[in-house]
Parts: sequence; structure tokens; C-alpha cells
Amino acid sequence: MSRIFVPRDAVALALGADKIAALLSQFDTVIRTGSRGLFWLEPMIEVETPEGRIAYGPVRPEDVPDLISEGLLEGKARRLRLGKPDDIPFLARQQRLTFARCGVVDPFSLQDYCANGGMAGLERARQIGPEATTRMVLDSGLRGRGGAGFPTGIKWQTVAATTSDRKYIVCNADEGDSGTYADRMLMEGDPFCLIEGMAIAGFAVGAAHGYVYTRSEYPHAISAFDAALEIARDAGILGNGFDIEQRVGAGAYICGEETSMLESLEGKRGQVRAKPPLPAHKGLFGYPTVINNLLTLTTVPVILRDGAEAYRDYGMGRSRGTMPIQLAGNLRHAGLFETAFGITLGELVNDIGGGTLSGRPVRAVQVGGPLGAYFPPALFDTQFDYEAFAQRDGLLGHGGVVVFDDTVDMAKQARFAMEFCAAESCGKCTPCRVGSVRGMEVVDKILNGINVDANLALLHDLCHTMKFGSLCALGGFIPYPVMSALTHFPEDFRTVRRPLAAE
Amino acid sequence: MGAYAPWDQEQARTIIAEHAALEGATLPILHALQAVFGYIHEEAVPLVAVALNLSRAEIHGVVSFYHEFRRSPPGRHVLRLCRAEACQSVGGAAVADAVRQALGVDWHGTTENGALTLEPVFCLGLCANGPAALLDETPMVRVTPQRITDLAV
Repeated sequence: MSRIFVPRDAVALALGADKIAALLSQFDTVIRTGSRGLFWLEPMIEVETPEGRIAYGPVRPEDVPDLISEGLLEGKARRLRLGKPDDIPFLARQQRLTFARCGVVDPFSLQDYCANGGMAGLERARQIGPEATTRMVLDSGLRGRGGAGFPTGIKWQTVAATTSDRKYIVCNADEGDSGTYADRMLMEGDPFCLIEGMAIAGFAVGAAHGYVYTRSEYPHAISAFDAALEIARDAGILGNGFDIEQRVGAGAYICGEETSMLESLEGKRGQVRAKPPLPAHKGLFGYPTVINNLLTLTTVPVILRDGAEAYRDYGMGRSRGTMPIQLAGNLRHAGLFETAFGITLGELVNDIGGGTLSGRPVRAVQVGGPLGAYFPPALFDTQFDYEAFAQRDGLLGHGGVVVFDDTVDMAKQARFAMEFCAAESCGKCTPCRVGSVRGMEVVDKILNGINVDANLALLHDLCHTMKFGSLCALGGFIPYPVMSALTHFPEDFRTVRRPLAAE
Repeated sequence: MGAYAPWDQEQARTIIAEHAALEGATLPILHALQAVFGYIHEEAVPLVAVALNLSRAEIHGVVSFYHEFRRSPPGRHVLRLCRAEACQSVGGAAVADAVRQALGVDWHGTTENGALTLEPVFCLGLCANGPAALLDETPMVRVTPQRITDLAV
């Protein structure tokens, strides 16, 4: 008997993967995996053959009987056959370090995990000791993958240097940016990797307790990660000096901001704290806390295993290593593309993404979530790099790339940015709380042709105030989408529309 | 999902007691209450406050801060429809408009027959296959208005 691999990723589930698995289990052993991240091909199933795994997709439940009779189990059926997964151009062009196991292994099999390079990082850390572990993370050049890009090793050193009988590791899995799904994929497809990364962090800084703060919009990731925690505890990976607890958010985007997340974990309203004190000095419940993005923590094991140089060799400038880029929106080939920093936006959208799903011309690309700038095709030579994006008044954020075709109305997108900020503001600082509401009103006036020049000037001024006067990145960065829409698509703000319908 | 228990103070006390010893227990308790009753009953606020030795105002503040905590019972099913940018880029706004019109409800509203509550959500992490939605805990991708109105019968 060979084996068939059927993803259990949320996208595959939405497309009938459970039904497919049930049908196939009558013929062969079915292993549920995460997703490889080729979302236009989901559900993408793989059969084990003497030549290796052969992929098929997109498979619908109703395709199964015919595929079986055509020789699916031997990899002989021709319809929907994609060949060896690693030869599919979308995968062949990637450099998967953080995502090496996602979609390949059974997420709940520790045996699979260890057989595919798992746990080697934690072992190495224990061999070389806490100080050398932190040094290695620092030397790798790894920067925070949540968006701020702060050197992870420095954060760890700061917490390691504190003398406290209690310290915490907090993983930010509140992946709220539209166009991002890498955290979700890893929690569903390779949860032990996060456990290993947090255990390494705990060992390096001397913390005994870890929290994972997962957003409530990810029910499958939550249950997958809880199941993995149980398995890790039973196997003695957790519970011997370090343990992890998962906490679930409640629909507040702001809780992805680190200090707001700490407040939420403490059981309070998710209101941003003023810094200093830094969380590294006074974090969760007032104790020194390492707070890292999920993608940062899941990259640590591979750095420990393969060495700092091996990781640092990827990338460009001060952006070292690889980035799991998430291609999304109106794109033909949308999916997870992990590659070294330095690839251009144009390559991502046109070559790898294959242009728009609608077949219409690309007009704008928003990189970095709702706080990220909209870039026109004229800026497609921008390299995926923290500094390169900053130079062009953009940001990488958590690596989400959302593509829009030429039907997009950029003035409406600017209004949406303000509306989103108004809905999600924690309310603590005035530029964000009040500025976003006023911003929405000003954009409405522009859309209705009222004193357009004066209101455009006012919008510029308001964005300036929000950018420099807000307490955190929500109010501080919402000017990016607004200003980029104004700068690159000014014509959309000069078209008079009918009055907006009340929302 | 979908079948919620009627509000019951005693049951609520038991649920609260089960979680009260956790560090920062407020959110786990509120989640547990909402999972059983479908919403946070007004009477739950003082119960949680007493159990955690906090003021009612603090608990009320938490309940009202987070979008997800409901203060009135939902329909038999809850549909969370994504309004964020990736779904906008593939016609999400038009789907949302059509759905609201066809169901005769606005955001946060429940259909007259009590079948479906419509909630907006900013991103479900299904951004490569939008427009996306979550029906209770079942993910939906490439959503059309028809598929959603079919759910409300």
C-alpha cells in the first residue's frame, strides 16, 4: 500500500478536502497534511509512488471516482496531474527554509517532524548554551517578521540580560493584515516548528512560560496548535522547565500591536502602552518578555540547525535570510512564496503570480496589509527589502501582497483605510481615534467634489499629524495607504461621484 | 456550533470557576461563556467581576472593547463575511452588498427567521481564494451571494 496526502489546511477544507479524504480512504492510507501554499491548485493531493510523490490538483470530490479508475493510486491518471511537487515552477523557484515542512509532513506526527529536520535546532541550542544561542540568532541577521524588522537577537539579549525570576516568551499569532496567511498555514501545517522555536527562545533568555496569542478568526489553526501542544507535552518536549499556553484574541486588529497584545493577555482592553518601558524590560504582568512574530520564532529552529552564516547568506543589504511572501487578492497564482529578500515586486506579481485573476491589467498592489502603501506598476522594480520599501514610502509588514486590477477606485481604498483605522483604533491617542474619523469625512468630501483642493491639503496635513503624533503603528502607518493612493493615483481623487450611499 | 444553551446563571458560575485561576482570565472566561450561550449576558458581567476581584466597569470595558463579544443572542448560525482588502480586490464589497440586500439585514443583524447572523470580519487568512467567509467554523472561499442566501433558509 502506498499513501495519499490530502491537505487539511482551511482553504483545502473550504474546497471539499474532507470529502476527498473520506473517499480516498476507501482505497488507500490517507495522511492529512498542511498546504504547500499553491492555493489556486487546492485541494492539491499527492500520491506516493516509487518515483516519489505525484501531485494532482485542483481535485474536486466528484473527480475522485474517475481519477481512481484512471490509475490515481499509481500516479498514472493523466487528468489534473501536476507531476512532482518540487518540479512545479511556483515551488521550484522558492527557497523554503521556514516553510520546508509545510504541506509535506503530517502536522501531528513528531516522527515526521524529526525525520524532516525538526528538533535539531533545539538540540543544538542545548549543546552550545543560552548565550551562544542568542549570539547565533543575532549573527543570522534575523529581523522581526511582524513588520517592524527589529533585530531579533538584540531583543533576546535584552531579556537575557535582565535579572528576574519570571520571564515570558510571547508569540504574536494575531495575523490581522489582509493578504497574510503564513501564520495560519504553519499552525495548521507545521505546528511543532513554533513549539521548537519558542522552546529555543525560552532556553536562550531563561523563560519558563510561553504564550501564543492567536486570532479568533483562525478556528482551525487554534485547534491544530492545541492538539500539537498536547502531543509535545506527552512527549516531554514541553512541561520540563518550559511550557506553552495558547490564548485566543477576540476580533481586535490592534491586539497585533505588541503592547496591546500584552494588555489583552493580562485580561484587559487591548489598549496600547506607551514605550518605554520596553516589553523586554517590563512586559507581560510587568516581567521581562520576548515578544516575537510567529514567522520569526518558526525561523529560529532552522538558523540553529544550519548555522547563522547559512541563513545570513540569503538576502540583500540589511534584510537577511528568506521571507515567506504571501501573494493574495486578484492574482492568478496566489499562494505562499518563500524566497530570499531582494526579489522585485514586478517579478512577484507578473512572473510568479501570473498577473490578475480577472485577466485585466494590474493597477495597484498593496504590500504589508492595511497599513501598507499602494504601489503602481511604475514601482515594480522595488526590491523586497525592508529599506528599499521604506525608501519609497512603503513597508513590508508581514509580507502580504494584495493585487488589484484596473477596476479599483483608489479614492475608495483611501477611504477604507481611514474607516478601518476608525473601527480598529484602541482609542488611547487622539491622532488615531479622532484623526481617522475626520479622515473618513474629508475623503468623503473630496469624493463628492466639495472644496477638493482645500480638502486635499487638509488630508495631507491630517496624515502628517497622524504619522508623527500617534502612539503606535496603527494611526502612525494608516497614512501610508492614504498618501500612496494620493501620490500615485491622483486622478481618482478628481472624479466627482454621486453622493455616497449611507453605510 | 449553532445550538446555544439558554442563559443560566448557575451554569455560568461553573464555567467562570473553571477558568478563574488562569493568569489574565478575563478573555478565556468570556470566550467560554460565549461558546455556550452564544453571547455575553448582561448578568454575566458582575459574575465575572466578582470571580476575578475586578470592577464591573472593567469587565464591561473588556466586553465592549472586543468586536467579537456579542451582547445579544445570535441566530442559529453566524456568518462572518470578510470585508478586507484582499477580498475587496475580487469583488467582496459587491458580494457583501448583495448579501445584505437579499437577507434583508445589515451588519450584525439576524435574519427574520433566526437562521443567520451576518457579521463583518477583517480577514480570515483565506486571501488567495476570496471572497471568503466563515460559517460558524466552516471556511468558505470564492463566495457568491447565492451561496450565502441559500444558507439563510
